[in-house]
Amino acid sequence: MNRYARQRIWFLVFWSVALVTLSILLLLILYILANGLSSLSFEFVSASPSRMGKEGGIYPIIIGTLMLVGLSLMLAAPIGIGAAVFLNEYVRQGAATSLIRYATETLAGIPSIVFGLFGFVFFVIKLKMGWSIISGAMTLALMVMPTIVRTAEEAMKAVPLSYREGSYALGANKWQTIRFVVLPSAIPGIAVGIILSFGRALGETAAVLLTAGSSLNMPQTLSDPARSLAVHLYILASEGISMERAFATASILVMTIFAINLLANFLMRRMSSRFSQF
Amino acid sequence: MISSNRMNKLTDHFVHAVFFACALSAVLAVLTISFYIFIAGWPIIHSRGLSFLFGSHWYPNQDVFGILPMIVGSIAVTFGALSIGVPMGLAGAIFLAELAPPLMIRILRPAIELLAGIPSVVYGFFGMTLLVPWIRVYVGGNGYSVLAGSIVLAVMILPTIITISETSLRSVPKEYKEGSAALGATHWQTIHRILLPAASSGIIAGIVLGMARAIGETMAIIMVTGNVTAIPTSILDPTRTLTGNIVLEMAYAAGDHQAALFATGAVLFFFILLLNLLVTAISRQAVRN
Repeated sequence: MNRYARQRIWFLVFWSVALVTLSILLLLILYILANGLSSLSFEFVSASPSRMGKEGGIYPIIIGTLMLVGLSLMLAAPIGIGAAVFLNEYVRQGAATSLIRYATETLAGIPSIVFGLFGFVFFVIKLKMGWSIISGAMTLALMVMPTIVRTAEEAMKAVPLSYREGSYALGANKWQTIRFVVLPSAIPGIAVGIILSFGRALGETAAVLLTAGSSLNMPQTLSDPARSLAVHLYILASEGISMERAFATASILVMTIFAINLLANFLMRRMSSRFSQF
Repeated sequence: MISSNRMNKLTDHFVHAVFFACALSAVLAVLTISFYIFIAGWPIIHSRGLSFLFGSHWYPNQDVFGILPMIVGSIAVTFGALSIGVPMGLAGAIFLAELAPPLMIRILRPAIELLAGIPSVVYGFFGMTLLVPWIRVYVGGNGYSVLAGSIVLAVMILPTIITISETSLRSVPKEYKEGSAALGATHWQTIHRILLPAASSGIIAGIVLGMARAIGETMAIIMVTGNVTAIPTSILDPTRTLTGNIVLEMAYAAGDHQAALFATGAVLFFFILLLNLLVTAISRQAVRN
């Protein structure tokens, strides 16, 4: 076999693998939607569940999910953006910075079940917060922090140096430059990080199960337990409560993730076109 | 004027301190997490020692805690996932970096991002309702198996391997490629003899990262592997992983049983930290080259 024939065979293999990867994604999405969309209705998203979720809707679960995810982002975003400002605007190199970078990477690599165990022993038991939205949100906040730090840092790196120099030339100090020049210019990129974190927190199951519990009741305060959509899907499917409702819940998750990715891509493109003239 | 200047300086210092505190919180978080996981698992690791790590029986209600079956289970599904995911991921990365026409890149990139964003519980659900019955009918066994876990995990680690390998393939200096082409090599010879070796440390870092993700994966794996606490003897046998052991029993565990689950978490965490250290070392090597 000559080398051109060999090349043709290998390139055929690479093309097929790319197409297989694409088909797996399509199969996954179409399969979930084909089985789930028919049981999606206004009643399903607006009614309370009954008989453990076998009947009724998922309204309290949607509210619980939004509270969990929303609170976790409210905790993680300011701290994560602050960390990114420090890493990018104050001390780019040095022992402290590399330690912080290393810690952020380690945090990103810790599996969700370990976060769940930690949240359980620390927030739920040690700090006596119990299985609650607040315990779950704090655990989720730790999980999404690295994503927020990394994307915010990238976004600030993309802000041209000339912006900062212009600001200093006008007599602004460091904090004013960060507050009025760097952060506003980096907002689309920072938003991408927050949106991606929303997706990660939304899909998280193991850590939420161990820290927020799986109560089907409508949460009244942040110290109430709650069940997230992902946990609901797991319980419906693994306990065989209702496959039809599991598919409907999975459809909601998949469609939300799809929308989140579209939005993130759109913002990313805006971000790169904004600074492309520099 | 002077006082407003001093005010500004004070604010500047204060703000600096606030940002530093934010950044330091990541370090604090890693230390606190490590501390509490190891402390909570320590009683069992200390009192049972090697019989915890290498005991092949897990009977929590008789106070027998051996996690060898779970260690074997985790290694089995991870190895299975890598043996499917690595060749596919590498092929995908070569395709994206060298072969794909712009239109395919514009379709594949977002597709891979989406694949990375789909929650693991959805993968598990997909595996449980489609893959497991398929294996039961066409391959054998009852479907809940090492094989099902490996396939689901392979798809889940694909984005990690593809993205990191593609980046390192693209960062090989253009001159290498041009030199190879100038010597009369075909495109494939250039990829195979020049690009892949030059990008190898980045690719290995991607594989190790995928491996860490596979070992740590929980929800997808418990929905497709059957969770039996026996050492699997074939890829069609059911199995239980370290992660599965924790999440399945945590809800009702107490006392020594709970400590044993934390110790399981500590073992898992230890593996993950080792793999992360390996990734850092390899990436540093790659940067140096």
